[in-house]
Order: sequence, then C-alpha cells, then structure tokens
Amino acid sequence: MSTNTQTVTAGAPAEAPPRRKPQLSEGARAERRLGFMLIAPAVIVMIAVTAYPVVYAIYLSLERYNLALPNATKFIGFGNYGAVLSSPYWWHALEVTLIITVFSVAITLVLGMLLAFVLHRTIFGRGLVRTTSLIPYGIVTVAAAYSWQYAWTPSQGYLSSIFNNSAPLTDQVKAIIVIIIAEIWKTTPFMALLLLAGLSLVPEDLQKAAKVDGATAWQRFTRITLPLMKPAILVALLFRTLDSFRIFDNIYILTQGSNGTGSVSILGYDNLFNALNLGIGSTISILIFICVAIIAFLFIKGFGTAAPGTDIGKR
Amino acid sequence: MAAITPRQRTGWATANFVVIALALIPVLWLVSLSFKTPTAVLDPSFVPAQWTWGNFHGILTSSQFIRPLINSIGIGLISTLIAVVLASMAAYAVARLRFPGKSVLIGMALLIAMFPLIALVTPMFTIERALGLFNTWPGLIIPYVAFGLPLGIYTLSAFFREIPWELEKAAKVDGATPFQAFIRVIAPLAAPGMVTTAILVFLACWNDFLLAISFTSTISSRTAPAAMQYFSGGSVFTVPTGPIAAAAVVITIPIIIFVLFFQRRIVAGLTSGAVKG
Repeated sequence: MSTNTQTVTAGAPAEAPPRRKPQLSEGARAERRLGFMLIAPAVIVMIAVTAYPVVYAIYLSLERYNLALPNATKFIGFGNYGAVLSSPYWWHALEVTLIITVFSVAITLVLGMLLAFVLHRTIFGRGLVRTTSLIPYGIVTVAAAYSWQYAWTPSQGYLSSIFNNSAPLTDQVKAIIVIIIAEIWKTTPFMALLLLAGLSLVPEDLQKAAKVDGATAWQRFTRITLPLMKPAILVALLFRTLDSFRIFDNIYILTQGSNGTGSVSILGYDNLFNALNLGIGSTISILIFICVAIIAFLFIKGFGTAAPGTDIGKR
Repeated sequence: MAAITPRQRTGWATANFVVIALALIPVLWLVSLSFKTPTAVLDPSFVPAQWTWGNFHGILTSSQFIRPLINSIGIGLISTLIAVVLASMAAYAVARLRFPGKSVLIGMALLIAMFPLIALVTPMFTIERALGLFNTWPGLIIPYVAFGLPLGIYTLSAFFREIPWELEKAAKVDGATPFQAFIRVIAPLAAPGMVTTAILVFLACWNDFLLAISFTSTISSRTAPAAMQYFSGGSVFTVPTGPIAAAAVVITIPIIIFVLFFQRRIVAGLTSGAVKG
C-alpha cells in the first residue's frame, strides 16, 4: 500500500479521465508491478544489444575512424554517408542484394506453396515427407554452403561434371544463380511450414461446396485458398524478405563476394574486418538498417490489420 | 478422398520422391565427400570409389575442430538456457498479466527479430573490444540471448495462452502469490512449449556464422561453423575438402537427428505465433 511505488499512469488518479477506473485495485497494481518485473530482464538485454549499438553506430558513422590510422580519428559529420552513397560499391552491393532477395523470395514462395500442398494433401508417407523436408531448415547454413560450393567446383563436384565441368562460381551471373539456389534450398521448408499453417485454416467444407458448384481446381485455389491464406502468405513473405536481405553466410562461403557477388552485409563485413574502417562500416550498418526499416514499413502498410503480433497485442 | 485411383497414387508417389530427393541430395553429397580419400576428392562421382574414416579421424583428433565444437555446444546451451528463462518470464507477463506497454514489447521483439545482424557487427565489435568481451564466450552469448529472446517471447506467449487460466486462479485462491502461481502451476504446464522454444533458440545459435566470425579471433571462443574455413589440408597444396566436409557432417548430423526427433514440436513452434488470427 506504499504510495511511492512506480506510478505507471501518466497523470495522478484525480486527473485520470472519468471513464477509466478511478483507482487501480491493489491486485491490479501488483499485477502491473509483476508484469514490469517479468519483462524487465528481457527488455534490458534486447535494448543493450540492439538499440544501444545502433545509437552508437550512428555516432561512429559521423566520424572518420580507421583502426589502422587511430590518430586520424575525427568528427566529419555526414562525410561518410557522402562517401558511401557516391561509391559504386554500395550501389552494386545493394543491387546484388535486391536481385538475390527478389528472386529467392519469389521462387521460394512458389516452391514453398507447392511443398505445403504436398505436405497437406499427400495420401501416403506424409510423416516421412514432412520430416525429410525439414532437413534443409535444420542444417547449418555454412555446411550446406560448402556442399553447394564443392558440388560446383570443376573436376570435383557432381553438379559441375553434369554441366560439362562448368565453373559457375567464377562468373558473376552464374555465381549469383548458384547463391540463389542455395538460398532457395535452405529456406523453402520454413516458407512451406508457415504456408502449411495457413493452408490448414482453409475449411474443407468450403472447398467441397465449391467443387459441387463446379469450380475447377485452379478456381478453387485462386478464389478460396489464396484469399484465406493471405495473412499467412504476407507474414511468410515479410519474414523471408527481411531474412534474405541480410544474406551473408551463403555468399561468404560460396564466393567471398568476389566477381561482383557481394551483398550489402558482405560489404559491411569487408569494411570492418579487411579495411578496419569503423566509420565507413558503421555508415553501411546504418544504411542497411534504414533499408530494412523501409522494407518492413512497406510490408506492414500492405498488411493492414493483419500485421504479426496484433493478435497478441490486442488480447 | 474415399477411392484412390492408381494415377493419383503414382502422382503423389512422384511428388513425395521429388521432395525427399531434393532435400537429401546436398546432404548426401557432403557425406560422400567426407568419406572420400584425399586423392579421390578430385573425383566428381557421387559415391566414393574408396571409403575412408581418415577425414573424421583427422578432425576429431585436432584441437582446431574439437575446441570450436565444445565452444559451439557450450555457448549454444548457455545462450539457450538464459534466453528461455528470460523469454518465459516476459511471455508469461504478455499472455497472462494486464499492464501497459505490452504492444510496445511485442513490437520491439518483432523489430529485433527482423534486425539486420550486420548493422550490429561494427558497433558491437567496438563495444566488445572496449569491454574486453571480444573473443570470449560471453561476447557471443550476450548477442545470442538478445536475438533468441524475440523468438522465445513470440513462441512462448502463443503456448502460454493455451494454458487454462482457471488453474492459476485456483492456486491464487489457495493462497499462492502470483509468483508462486507462475513457478508451481504454470511452469510445469508450459514445459512442452519451453522445450520447443529451447530447440528453436539452440538451432539459431548453432547456425550462426556472422557473429561467430566477427566477435572471435582464436579457437578459444570460435564456434564450429566459423572454424571450418581455417582448416588446412595435408599439405599446403592440398585443398581441405575432406576435413571440411567431415566437419560439416559432424555439426549437421546431430542436428538432423534432433530435427527429425522433435519434428512435431518444431513445426508447432515455428507456426504458433506467426499465423493464427
């Protein structure tokens, strides 16, 4: 009953709007206190590891700061941003990242939908297929990337030998195609699982009724299944797009970003660990963060009310 | 669905076969490479002509792999434990308690789940060097916990909502404090959800590569995925394909068995928070 406990409401009880309960009961107040206590550790860790470094990165991005030249450290305002945004490396890396993202997500969506249908409808061996199709999800990305790399190494890999001993990883376009294939292989099961959850929400009766009314399989898919699955599809697309935009592991193992195959994440990594340039590295970090924020914003605008988390938030 | 025509049967059999083959071939290729002799590595055939345990023997007797493997397991388990405990507390609050700022918490978790890791690497690298966390276990555990939390809060709050309210009320009527109600009543009921969450968080830690190569510099804290690229062949002129493939198999096969064993839980966990509603 102490009066100096954390006041969580903005105003004193007397000023509170009349439609609200004039005073919180002791139980409700205890509940609030417990709620804040329970979320506090998680919130502190998440802020310490993400929000604080981002703010610090903003500060670093305004400095000329190279670990190789520590004495030349100096505040230069937006100089780094000018340098990065006028550099062809940044725009090229962004282009590569966007190409990989668009193609891998689009193809993963189609294949994920097909896989979800197989998992949902197959008439025998369902357990076996479901289990096996999870393997690419479970495998370590780096291990899978090595598998693809060796498969495409001339005179060593089975895929290379099938395709006339070709060396696709030394060619920009072909290497990007291999990177996209590796991404698709790894992420299709995850996409399929999210879609499968949406698919199982489509009522069987509705399908049957449409069938009786003479709708073709394609009509049933586009008129009933797709609209009902829209929330699931949008969530899956958002997750996959943002995940794909940060692509790093596959490129790092497959090409190290050579021959113009580096993504923005590879560019940021190179600037930090090869050029030891903290200023430019931080600038790239901030720019990537802004890109991701823009993508998320566009998606969530597209979501409308179906944004993930709203179902949790409103209960 | 009553009568299955032979044509349907063949169709589904083909579809099943394609799915299984596509999922397995890249994995089997790694297994094949890991059993090839150093000279036969330059043979593109899918099945080794000669089988050898040499690559496995080589990496499993080398500290260059054993130490990172121990790091991977230790860092993964500690991060998972901390993340699941903290996420359970937060998810309980989200699912069961009324307090303001709940949607802010969910929004924040969602933002972090989508956070571009690379944007963290440069500032965290600087911070970790200043705090002496660079190239230590905590230097990886702290970011792993932070990135495990959104996943954990999301999955667990979905699970916690399925738990019957009344039991908790009954415990309170019987004189338990909210905290006791959490520990004695809800936590045991929540155990399945917590196991699922632990699996997902552990897989994410085990899989991480970017943070592992960025915040470590020696095998004292480097994890297995990050250590593989530093393997060397038998001589300067030998490509370490065999050892790398063997290492990839060693870090992959337990996870595959794990995934197969917990298949149902993983599927439930991955789809719990995301799609309902």
